[in-house]
Amino acid sequence: MTLHRPIRVLIAKPGLDGHDKGAKVVAQALRDAGCEVIYTGLHKTIDEIVQVAIQEDVDVVGLSILSGAHLPLTEQLVKRLRERGLDDVIVVVGGNIPHRDRPKLLALGAAAVFPTGSRLEDIVAFIAERGERH
Amino acid sequence: MAVKEPQLKDVILESGIEVKPIYRPEDIAHIDYERDIGEPGQYPFTRGIHKYMYRYRPWTMRQYAGFGTPYETNQRFRFLIDHGQNALNVAFDLPTQMGLDSDDPLAVGEVGRVGMAVDTLKDMEVAFQDIPIDRISVSLTVNAVTPIILAMYITVAEKQGVPRDRIRGTTQNDILKEYIGRGTWIFPVEPSIRLIGDTLEFCAREAPRYYPVSVCGYHIRESGSTPVQEIAYAYCIAKAYIDEVLSRGLSVDDFAGRISFNFDIFGNLWEQVAKFRAARRLWARIMKEEYGAQQPDTMKMKMIAGGGGSGLTIEEPENNIVRGAYYALIAALSGAQTSALCCYDEAYTIPSAKASLISLRTMQILAEEMGLCDTVDPLAGSYYIEWLTTEMEKRIVAEMRRVDEQWGGIVNAVSQGLVQQEVARQAYEYERKLQSGEIVKVGVNKYRVEGEEAPPEVELHEYRPEAMEEQRHRLAEVKRTRDALEVEAALADVRDACQSGRNVMPAMLRAVRAYCTLGEIIGVMKQVFGTFQEPVRL
Repeated sequence: MTLHRPIRVLIAKPGLDGHDKGAKVVAQALRDAGCEVIYTGLHKTIDEIVQVAIQEDVDVVGLSILSGAHLPLTEQLVKRLRERGLDDVIVVVGGNIPHRDRPKLLALGAAAVFPTGSRLEDIVAFIAERGERH
Repeated sequence: MAVKEPQLKDVILESGIEVKPIYRPEDIAHIDYERDIGEPGQYPFTRGIHKYMYRYRPWTMRQYAGFGTPYETNQRFRFLIDHGQNALNVAFDLPTQMGLDSDDPLAVGEVGRVGMAVDTLKDMEVAFQDIPIDRISVSLTVNAVTPIILAMYITVAEKQGVPRDRIRGTTQNDILKEYIGRGTWIFPVEPSIRLIGDTLEFCAREAPRYYPVSVCGYHIRESGSTPVQEIAYAYCIAKAYIDEVLSRGLSVDDFAGRISFNFDIFGNLWEQVAKFRAARRLWARIMKEEYGAQQPDTMKMKMIAGGGGSGLTIEEPENNIVRGAYYALIAALSGAQTSALCCYDEAYTIPSAKASLISLRTMQILAEEMGLCDTVDPLAGSYYIEWLTTEMEKRIVAEMRRVDEQWGGIVNAVSQGLVQQEVARQAYEYERKLQSGEIVKVGVNKYRVEGEEAPPEVELHEYRPEAMEEQRHRLAEVKRTRDALEVEAALADVRDACQSGRNVMPAMLRAVRAYCTLGEIIGVMKQVFGTFQEPVRL
């Protein structure tokens, strides 16, 4: 029998967007569901986020973006994570994401997209299932 | 035989107040008309700050707009003015709000995205070209960068021939709420409060018709607080700014009447109306009893009440038009001086011209077709509303006391992240009630249309990446043609003002006139003040 450590999730606010209600709500929901949650605070660069992801040895990075800049930011994050060899860290994107951008985000390497209005139980269920590293 | 009473479900407002099914005269027997309500335009101003309110003049309608380049923003301003809007509310992009120039590497992808980009005075000159600054009251939604943007606005007005003592309008300039919600802070808490003091002091002396600070409960509420906390935290914040200016030797009647408020509308209709009436009464009492204000104007709580984005839904966006109409009704029933509505498509995008116009029309219909301007404070005297107004006031007072007694005051509470933590906790509570169905959102958690996800029937605002190129081009052009020696001297003056503690506004006026960039000025200020280290508490 293997003992599983709790899933470690980094909730990150990249760029200049200052809307963090959703990020903090999701962070609390994941914590209540038994995850270990680290929240970056606002205004982080992609490099800072990757650095924290490495230091904290996280399984999941949850990006929260409400400014509309989700496509370039997600692209940069996935690229940097892979460059640093973090191939099995999954990236989940939340925020003000128009319907039509969902396939684009998935194509850029996001494992899931949870736009504003998503159900917390869906987010928790997804991370519980996919967040565990193999 | 006893008549069987039906089983009624409990009603508990977001503020924790339990509501009875019926209110009667005895519920308001303890309320004295003269003492607690008063005539409209008279202390304690529960019924409104003017004698005749909308019967004399309807509320100001001020939709938030601004995107892309200053040129595009100028076009939208003219469109809104042509359709009868009598005031402007200017949105700035995030690099501008964070003090970054459009050519800063951190600004990539954000230039012109959520508002207009401003790098130098040149941009403000373009944005306000042919806008009659002497007749249109302009609200500038900036916070950390306010001294610079205000200096630019004053300079543009003066170039148009409008002296600074005649300019009207407001800068948002409420930094403490930025640490709680919205997040466009730059400097640590202490110097940030000092800068707000500088703008208040400067305007009190030189631009007395201007409102340099609009204290925002709005964003605190949008970040998750209850309606009671919205008012309580905003009032603690306003008091912190007032205390800062009083410490400079001004009297409260010199400036406090020029602090206005920005509050949020969403949620229960009666709770909102009572919240605003209670807030007006409480502010009057605080200013008179605690601060010894003598002038009635100092005691009048002036507010913009805005239909909140949090109330709007991604699902069935047209329902947001209906919600907006009720929010506008609440604002009108609450005696707001100014009203603005989030647009029905705002859960997705920067509002389209069509959506902006619908919001404006919503307010015009209320004011001119529905009789909302006929008589002052029409809900006054209602057993329920007067009872609820008093309950809300009591709870706001208790919450303010908690900030002082448990958290060591609002400045400490913000610096330590305690308010932020409390608001995030409330946001989570609310979300859980929403997801469990305890709080109903029509079309979202009730009567939801399941099945395939229909793409929204809204026209999405297209972000133009070329906006950044245009902006960078204009910036380079300004840098090429300005007087480099004066730029250097003006920046040295800014540094000296920041270091020495003298009011920064004269140095800001000189710097913007020399076409120093926003990024250059903020860069100097960061060297002196440092930057805020966010206390992250979950």
